Amino acid sequence: MTPPATRKPLIEFRNVNHAFGTRPIVHNIDLTVGESEFVCLIGPSGCGKTTLLRMVGGLLTPSSGQVLFNGRPVDGPEKEISFMFQDYSKALLPWRTAAGNVSLALEATNVPAAQRGPRIKELLAKVGLANHADHYPAQLSGGMQQRVQIARCLAQEPSVLLMDEPFGALDAMTRQALQDEILRLIAVSKTTVLFVTHDLEEAIYLGDRVVALYPNPGRVAQVFDVKLPFPRDQLSTREHPEFLRLRRELFDFIREGEA
Amino acid sequence: MKTLKALLLPAILLLAWEIAMHVKNVQSDSLAAPSQIAIAFKDAMLDGTILSRTAETLRAALLGLALGGGSALILSIILGLVPPVARLLQFTIEVLRPVPSVALIPVAILTLGFGYGMEISLVAFSTFWPILIYGHAAITNIDEQMLDLAKVLRLKTFARITKIILPATLPRYFVAFRLATAVSLIIAVTVEIAANPLGIGYELMQASQSLHPDLTFALVLWIGLVGWTLNTLLLFAQRRLFGPAGVAFGIQQ
Ligand SMILES: Nc1ncnc2c1ncn2[C@@H]1O[C@H](COP(=O)(O)OP(=O)(O)OP(=O)(O)O)[C@@H](O)[C@H]1O
Ligand SMILES: [Mg+2]
Repeated sequence: MTPPATRKPLIEFRNVNHAFGTRPIVHNIDLTVGESEFVCLIGPSGCGKTTLLRMVGGLLTPSSGQVLFNGRPVDGPEKEISFMFQDYSKALLPWRTAAGNVSLALEATNVPAAQRGPRIKELLAKVGLANHADHYPAQLSGGMQQRVQIARCLAQEPSVLLMDEPFGALDAMTRQALQDEILRLIAVSKTTVLFVTHDLEEAIYLGDRVVALYPNPGRVAQVFDVKLPFPRDQLSTREHPEFLRLRRELFDFIREGEA
Repeated sequence: MKTLKALLLPAILLLAWEIAMHVKNVQSDSLAAPSQIAIAFKDAMLDGTILSRTAETLRAALLGLALGGGSALILSIILGLVPPVARLLQFTIEVLRPVPSVALIPVAILTLGFGYGMEISLVAFSTFWPILIYGHAAITNIDEQMLDLAKVLRLKTFARITKIILPATLPRYFVAFRLATAVSLIIAVTVEIAANPLGIGYELMQASQSLHPDLTFALVLWIGLVGWTLNTLLLFAQRRLFGPAGVAFGIQQ
């Protein structure tokens, strides 16, 4: 469960356990995510995916074991780790415009007001929202709101991006567009991504590795290496024999889990 | 059209009242015909009594509201942000809150004497609670994810309060302040009627005790009108600020 030896370990779960009250939620998690690696977490609802992400984000301390970032235990939100929330309707501040929401991340790191404007413009342009800077979240579609969130995450200039089912509530077309957008953006910035999804194909399409979890309590069941070439493409990648083989393998795996 | 219909019944009642007073030729120390009330109102308005007395009452009510509401605002934020303090104070709050402000009038007279001081204190006491309770509830109801966002972005406490917590709760605080405004007027007038030689309530008491039913009724109607106007203005502001396409979407930043 370690990344290819060529990658420097960036995030490490070491024998992590967590219980809410007496109920164990995740059990003996050992997992290492390498620098610039894209790791997807899949597993049935309630198996602890969000819980694991929150630990890396410094929002939750495990009951036992350690979560390391850059070799040091995470003991609170790190500046370099950015969190993208699933529910976009609550992840943006409704009283701020798209630009205002991106600005929040810059304000948090004390970027001087004079420098914010151009940065915001650049970030919104990156996610294709140059013309929507003055719109409030309620005036934007779900896909656009998630784009604003992406821009806000990028404003942090993170080395790690944690994404909790970020595209789960979007329609198929928007979803594919955003998948490509994320791949394009992180290819440039070399950001490490830990990505939770319910969608097997999405996991294979995006990931360098796919980590499948068992529920009750959440455990690492199996790790799949995705040996598909980059850049990925919605048509050719999804028709690639390796993609089809992996998809088959994951489906079988899930079906066994359910049986 | 709707307003016309709504006004129909009161108009008929007034007319009936007026006619009845004349037909029966009532000469009373406790009743007055609408026309007499109107005349008394006009006179008191013209000689400035009503307006200057109303100003006194509003002054006490609004200062009390500012004092009580302001401190409740600050305390509610502290309670919301530091749950241990909330648990610590819970008992004290639950014991003090149900004390009727009217019951404190004797205490206030004893400690502060007559005048603005005691009236303002009593208004402050009674407006403190609704804003504390509503405000605390508003803060504990802020969406978990918004607070997570503040953490992930590592906002400092002050930035967290001004950029997330206050804007998120502003509409609810506004409602709390609107309700407390009504309370402040009620308490101010009550204190004046019961004890304090000041304001419109005192004027009302004087009119009643000197057996002037026309002025008494005129003042009661006037107080009602003042309360209604305040609430209408605040409701209007609330809609403009927080309604659909509310202006507050700019201000809250
Ligand atoms: N604060 C909490 N207190 C108690 N139980 C919790 C808490 N947060 C999560 N849980 C429980 O922990 C389990 C794992 O939750 P988690 O959100 O990590 O699952 P998940 O894999 O992300 O599920 P989903 O796919 O539905 O998002 C769930 O059964 C949930 O009910
Ligand atoms: Mg989840």
